[in-house]
Amino acid sequence: MRLRVLAILGLTLLLAACGAKKDPAPQPEGTPAGLSVTDPWAKAADQGMSAVFGALVNHSTKDITVVKAEGPIGPMELHEVVDQNGDMVMRPKEGGFVIPAGATVRLEPGHDHIMLMAPAKPLKPGDEVAVTLTFADGGTMAFTAIVKDFAGGGESYMPGMDHS
Amino acid sequence: MSGGISRRGALSRAVLLGGAAGLTAGAGGTALALYRKPPAETPAPVTVEPFHGPHQAGVATPPQAHALLLALDLREGVDRDALARMMRLLSDDAARLTQARPALADTEPELATAARLTVTFGFGPGLYRAARLDAPVAPLPAFAIDRLEARWSGGDLLLQLCADDALLLAHAQRMLVKDARAFATVRWTQRGFRRAPGTSGTQRNVLGQLDGTGNPVPGAPGFDTALWRPDGGTTLVVRRIRAELDAWDAVDRPVKEMAVGRRLDTGAPLTGTNEFDTPDFDKRDGLGLPVIHPDSHVRLATIGDPARKILRRPYNYDDGPRPDGSPDTGLIFASYQADVERQFTPIQKALAERDLLNKWITPIGSAVFAVPPGCEPGGWIGRGLLGQ
Repeated sequence: MRLRVLAILGLTLLLAACGAKKDPAPQPEGTPAGLSVTDPWAKAADQGMSAVFGALVNHSTKDITVVKAEGPIGPMELHEVVDQNGDMVMRPKEGGFVIPAGATVRLEPGHDHIMLMAPAKPLKPGDEVAVTLTFADGGTMAFTAIVKDFAGGGESYMPGMDHS
Repeated sequence: MSGGISRRGALSRAVLLGGAAGLTAGAGGTALALYRKPPAETPAPVTVEPFHGPHQAGVATPPQAHALLLALDLREGVDRDALARMMRLLSDDAARLTQARPALADTEPELATAARLTVTFGFGPGLYRAARLDAPVAPLPAFAIDRLEARWSGGDLLLQLCADDALLLAHAQRMLVKDARAFATVRWTQRGFRRAPGTSGTQRNVLGQLDGTGNPVPGAPGFDTALWRPDGGTTLVVRRIRAELDAWDAVDRPVKEMAVGRRLDTGAPLTGTNEFDTPDFDKRDGLGLPVIHPDSHVRLATIGDPARKILRRPYNYDDGPRPDGSPDTGLIFASYQADVERQFTPIQKALAERDLLNKWITPIGSAVFAVPPGCEPGGWIGRGLLGQ
């Protein structure tokens, strides 16, 4: 698991070190789906829910849909944040995350994210959270997010109909 | 180091372009051509210093205009595993911000600009204790001239942030402290400045002296031996030295120059005419007295053996004036050397005992850190020590 993280981190850092432009085009990670995750991180939490963020980059020529996220830390859901009568609430995203061909979808506080519903242990700064994404075609991709202290991303949670 | 190379490259490109512009004007032959703006493609100045490499940046890097030194104390219970987690986070922040990229979870990504930011990490004796490792550094011995204050001394972890832009520095500080605060509290903060970015030549301190004339130069014989440990690391001594400017004002220039051993205007030794003339400590005046006083600062601080030199990278500070108008200003003296005891301590001991300048300077803070080697992409600072 550690090796994988280092590989991902290493790639990001390598791009930086080579004097790449401000938003370097990340390289495909060799997944059949042609998707890569850059700059993954998770919000530290002593207890309760948390979330994973990062950029999903589609290097392929067809749309990719992420339908599921899972990992050893505990149950995960694909969430969106919507304005509900003036309140920002998050809820499961119907149909998952669609990353159009050649496009990047950013998972960030206040927008789409991977929700950690009930982490099995406290998420401490510098910890690593392993995540496996499943695509609509059945393919999967694994990455690891580093845990950081973060004050934002505190929208209230409104479970979806099928989860209530 | 590669920053230095590209700087030289930029310089020679500038010369070439300058030559080309002259030719164009000559060939055009009209007065108008002379007033034309220079070509747009003047070389871009160096705005990003490399983060990765065998040595940490911010040591041999040409000093930036602004510095922020933060000493942190580890929280109770922070062990080797927690230190590894912290250094992974802080190294990642540094790797991104120094390259003008936002940190992970950066809430102000627009502030991640290019202004030669460097982030240098130093490990104090307390960090090694927390990791249950032998410390390669220890606090300096006490010197008679010291009037050390706890609020400027010690620390388990040092962050030296330097940049040519004060807002970038503030942002980098905010980001790094946000990621460090789960592991550590802030013990002291020292803000320093030099002259404006791009100012060439030796810097001046608040006493008006040129400060750093005798500094070893990267590439010179003995430089690497004097600076780097075999693993690529080094050590850092930070001394906060208050300048007693009210008392300094009360003496005349000849006395000041006798204390320093150099002229204040040109920085030339009292036996020479140019800043970089070698001081002649044997030269005597008409009365048979040494022209450069044996207890002058330059006499005591000059080290002949290149392998025993120290690399000074000081910044001025000014936290005053106080309500009564008296100054609160001086020097954040930062000295890098492979071995504190072999290189720094003997010089400081000689200065503490005899330096004529001691009448106008007072050390009020002192801290010593080991500076681990640099890291490669994918690595983090301190991994060789703290990693599994």
